[in-house]
Amino acid sequence: MAMTDRASPAIPRGGRIRARLSRDDVIMRASMVMIALYLLITLILPLYVMFSKAFTTNTFDLSQYEVQVSNEEGEFENPPVNLAVLNEKLGVFGPADLATSSDGRLPVTRLFPDFSFRSPVKYRIHGTTPDAAMLVGSALHKGTEWVELDSNTFRRVVLRPKKERGFENFRAYFSTPALFNSIENSLFIATVTTIITVLLAFGFAYALNRSCMRFKGAFRLIAMMPILVPSLLPGIALVYLFGNQGIFKELLMGESIYGPIGIIIGSVFFTFPHAFIIISTALAISDSRLYEAATALRASPWRIFWTVTIPGARYGLISAAFVVFNLVITDFGLPKVIGGQYNVLAVDIYKQVIGQQNFSMGAVVSVVLVVPAVIAFAIDRMMQGRQVAMLTSRSVPYQPKPNPKADRAWFLYSLMIAVFIVGILAMCQFAALVKFWPYDLSLSLRNYQFDLMDGGGWASYRNSLKLGILTAIAGTSVIFFGAYLVEKMKGFEWGRNIFQGMAMLPMAIPGMVLGLSYIFFFNNPDNPLRFLYGTLAILVISTVTHFYTVSHLTAVTALKQMDGEFESVAASLKQSQLKLFRRVTVPVSLPAILDISIYLFVNALTTVSAVVFLYSPDTTLASIAVLNMDDAGDIAPAAAMGMMIFYTNAGARILHAVLSKGILARTQAWRGR
Amino acid sequence: MKDIAETRESYLEIIGLWKMFGDFVALRDITLSIDEGEFVCFLGPSGCGKTTLLRAIAGLDIQTRGRIVQAGQDISDLPASARDFGIVFQSYALFPNLTIRRNIAFGLENIGLSREKIRQRVDELLDLVGLPDQGEKYPAQLSGGQQQRIALARAIAMSPGLLLLDEPLSALDAKVRVHLRHEVKELQRKLGVTTVMVTHDQEEALAMADRIVVMRDGVIEQIGPPTEIYREPRSLFVADFIGEMNQLAAVAEDGDAVRVGEVRLDSRQHDFKPGEQVIAAIRPDDLIPHEAGHKPDADSGNCLRVRLREMEFLGSFWRCSLGHQSLGGQMLIGDFSVNAARRLSLEEGGEMMIELPASRLMIFGRDESEDGDD
Ligand SMILES: Nc1ncnc2c1ncn2[C@@H]1O[C@H](COP(=O)(O)OP(=O)(O)OP(=O)(O)O)[C@@H](O)[C@H]1O
Ligand SMILES: [Mg+2]
Repeated sequence: MAMTDRASPAIPRGGRIRARLSRDDVIMRASMVMIALYLLITLILPLYVMFSKAFTTNTFDLSQYEVQVSNEEGEFENPPVNLAVLNEKLGVFGPADLATSSDGRLPVTRLFPDFSFRSPVKYRIHGTTPDAAMLVGSALHKGTEWVELDSNTFRRVVLRPKKERGFENFRAYFSTPALFNSIENSLFIATVTTIITVLLAFGFAYALNRSCMRFKGAFRLIAMMPILVPSLLPGIALVYLFGNQGIFKELLMGESIYGPIGIIIGSVFFTFPHAFIIISTALAISDSRLYEAATALRASPWRIFWTVTIPGARYGLISAAFVVFNLVITDFGLPKVIGGQYNVLAVDIYKQVIGQQNFSMGAVVSVVLVVPAVIAFAIDRMMQGRQVAMLTSRSVPYQPKPNPKADRAWFLYSLMIAVFIVGILAMCQFAALVKFWPYDLSLSLRNYQFDLMDGGGWASYRNSLKLGILTAIAGTSVIFFGAYLVEKMKGFEWGRNIFQGMAMLPMAIPGMVLGLSYIFFFNNPDNPLRFLYGTLAILVISTVTHFYTVSHLTAVTALKQMDGEFESVAASLKQSQLKLFRRVTVPVSLPAILDISIYLFVNALTTVSAVVFLYSPDTTLASIAVLNMDDAGDIAPAAAMGMMIFYTNAGARILHAVLSKGILARTQAWRGR
Repeated sequence: MKDIAETRESYLEIIGLWKMFGDFVALRDITLSIDEGEFVCFLGPSGCGKTTLLRAIAGLDIQTRGRIVQAGQDISDLPASARDFGIVFQSYALFPNLTIRRNIAFGLENIGLSREKIRQRVDELLDLVGLPDQGEKYPAQLSGGQQQRIALARAIAMSPGLLLLDEPLSALDAKVRVHLRHEVKELQRKLGVTTVMVTHDQEEALAMADRIVVMRDGVIEQIGPPTEIYREPRSLFVADFIGEMNQLAAVAEDGDAVRVGEVRLDSRQHDFKPGEQVIAAIRPDDLIPHEAGHKPDADSGNCLRVRLREMEFLGSFWRCSLGHQSLGGQMLIGDFSVNAARRLSLEEGGEMMIELPASRLMIFGRDESEDGDD
């Protein structure tokens, strides 16, 4: 009786089968590498360059050089002097003068007050370390060898900086209160806004999901409106409402709208729809059976609320909180318009780069800003994952029962929110049409003569349209195809994982940071892609990359719902994956594809943060024009342009709705209910 | 049966196949030969590796080690698109946005067929699966059984040398399933296409297969025609997995016999030493019923007087629970024809004599949960 061990036979060594790749495999892998390369070039490398800038200092290290000066006869009698010692004695250069950029040049003669290029005195200079570098004219000298020069040539000696990696820039940052105070400000604004928005949005979502009030459709529509405008538009409305000549100025009781109050109110406005969508989804998927059970147990409504509703929506609430937090802390447009003297991180980046041309400090602030953004992003992703896990084990949707008193209360509450949102937009529209606020309130279209103002005029609007359309087309194609590859490709596990990670990264990167990193990367003379700088193309690229993640996730979700064996069937029928993609995958995913397009279009029109560093005089954008006209004091035209964006996006959304409906109607037969 | 098998040529050879998912071994040294035109079922409990083996044959998830030879060609490392097979999945994977016609024609396009030829072929296939006028509908407008047939038509459209079916019937309700079983089998016979079907439904396997491959934990337990698998299971696992089986704890005795409780029973020939703990197994329908007063002949011992504890009418036969104090409290199940029940006037609480034919009493090692018996 052989008691053979089931574990035998042992796994043989060697002889592993290496699958041969089909043409499709090769095409798909190559395509994925291409898209990964796109993300590498438009995201990873720029960020890498920017981060390394933040951690690199270039300083002139005077102690690395010694100079010996001859007498009038050209004899070197005096001993060599170290330049650092000399500088200490003379106090010519302060620390600020010695901090420089990678292509800084420091003329040595400044340290020699008696220098005259006609003098017969000769100079010898050398480095004390092998790394010490200087230029004589354009010739580079490096190392410890002495160079002897007449005074006319010595005039042309410049020192080159020493490059060091480390936290020096951060030390500088944290020793400047004007800068690091912004961290607290940013955190404060983001936290307060998060609390207010999540509470308001929860109430609103609750009213829409759990009450029988009327006009739910209209409320839902209104709640989504803020998505259609740049985040700085509520700032403009607030200026008219509460600014120095505002209608309700007195309501602030002496406080200024320019500062935290304005930023918070505006932030609540533009983050509201984001929080609303997430919380509403969380409430919508909760299981009605739990409610029935709780009611059967005679739990009070209050108890049901705390033991069923809140736990059911908790991931949604947390996720919404971090999304809002992230949106606010990375937002640039609103604090720029209404922040006054109140500094926040995102605006600091702008000020450092555009105002002071201090790119490395811009990079440092960017790094500081990335930290909370990445944390918030990571927590949000985690929560979304759990929410999805809850979704799979479901459930009968909840059917609210009429309760006239509660329904009326919810209606009033929702009405209040709706008035707030519509009020902000209406204020902008009114201001845009008024001749001369607040003195001549008669209406005119004067403020629409954009060509008479700074900001690029109507060309900006046309550029924005172009950007929106190109972003929607190019972005949707690239992103959807990329998601398809990641979802449906066979094998190549590690490649797909890297790609997936890359696709998630953009969401964690604030627009300002992305924009600044593009300056570092694309505006580098050594970069063969430099020709992109200042073109519409780079605006399209930055926008696609900036909004990559959400689009990617939308596509992945749609693709996951498709039968996983289509590819296998196509392979068994000897048909190429590309044919399958064209004939089946794309048609079946058309609703998701439209969703991605409209998302990209709307965001391309409203975004300010990434593109503010990248536009050129030929490629000004409507959203940037709003910013610049406001900056120049043309607030009414800024409002007018902002509302143009609103109407355009609203139109696009309507078109999207019509198209989606058409597609659904046409494909009803095969979608089967 | 034997003659047919010998005239057939081996069409698919699987040699020393291994499949690893990380450290987990899903297939362990699988060797198997399938003849041309044969209908083979992979049968086994969930997770035993049936689908994994099928996908390796298709090239959809290529094995870690081992070779596969199809029609004389080594296809071990070929991608699916370079192999010759049609496949039907449990989900059918019909393209939802294409009409039935276009679904079936999907593989016929761009292989140099004229439109007219394609149309003819699709008509032919629709006829073949018995859905001649459903061509313009979409998959969502068909019933599950109809969709299944369309998936089959699509899979055989290009006349593949090998047809692979992964639980093609398991998404259907019981009645349709039984009906389609015959249709699929009929179609396969008509086309003469070598077919491999994965199933965990033993009835389906017994009804459809020319040969059954019983799998368990990534290894093949037994290969053979349905009757052989049923009559001559080579391990307790196979015996237990397919059909009903009485299992009695027993001790081996000298001379091809065992002792169950106090009773000595002659059994099939076995190699266990006297005193070894074994399992004696017999199928319920192998029990021969006799009236209570039956006198066993000298050469057919193995008769037990039992009490009918319970009787359950299962349509074509009675399933009876039988007790015998000398079996050490163990129960036997016996399936007796309606006829026999009437003839012997069986009733609950009554007594009867049963005979356990020595040739049907199989002996397996006690550690059978782990091992085969020989
Ligand atoms: N991609 C995979 N990664 C890791 N393990 C896998 C993978 N695919 C299958 N397995 C494992 O391999 C084993 C065999 O799986 P397989 O799908 O072949 O089972 P099966 O016999 O078809 O079962 P079922 O009847 O449930 O379909 C299972 O234990 C399964 O968990
Ligand atoms: Mg399976």
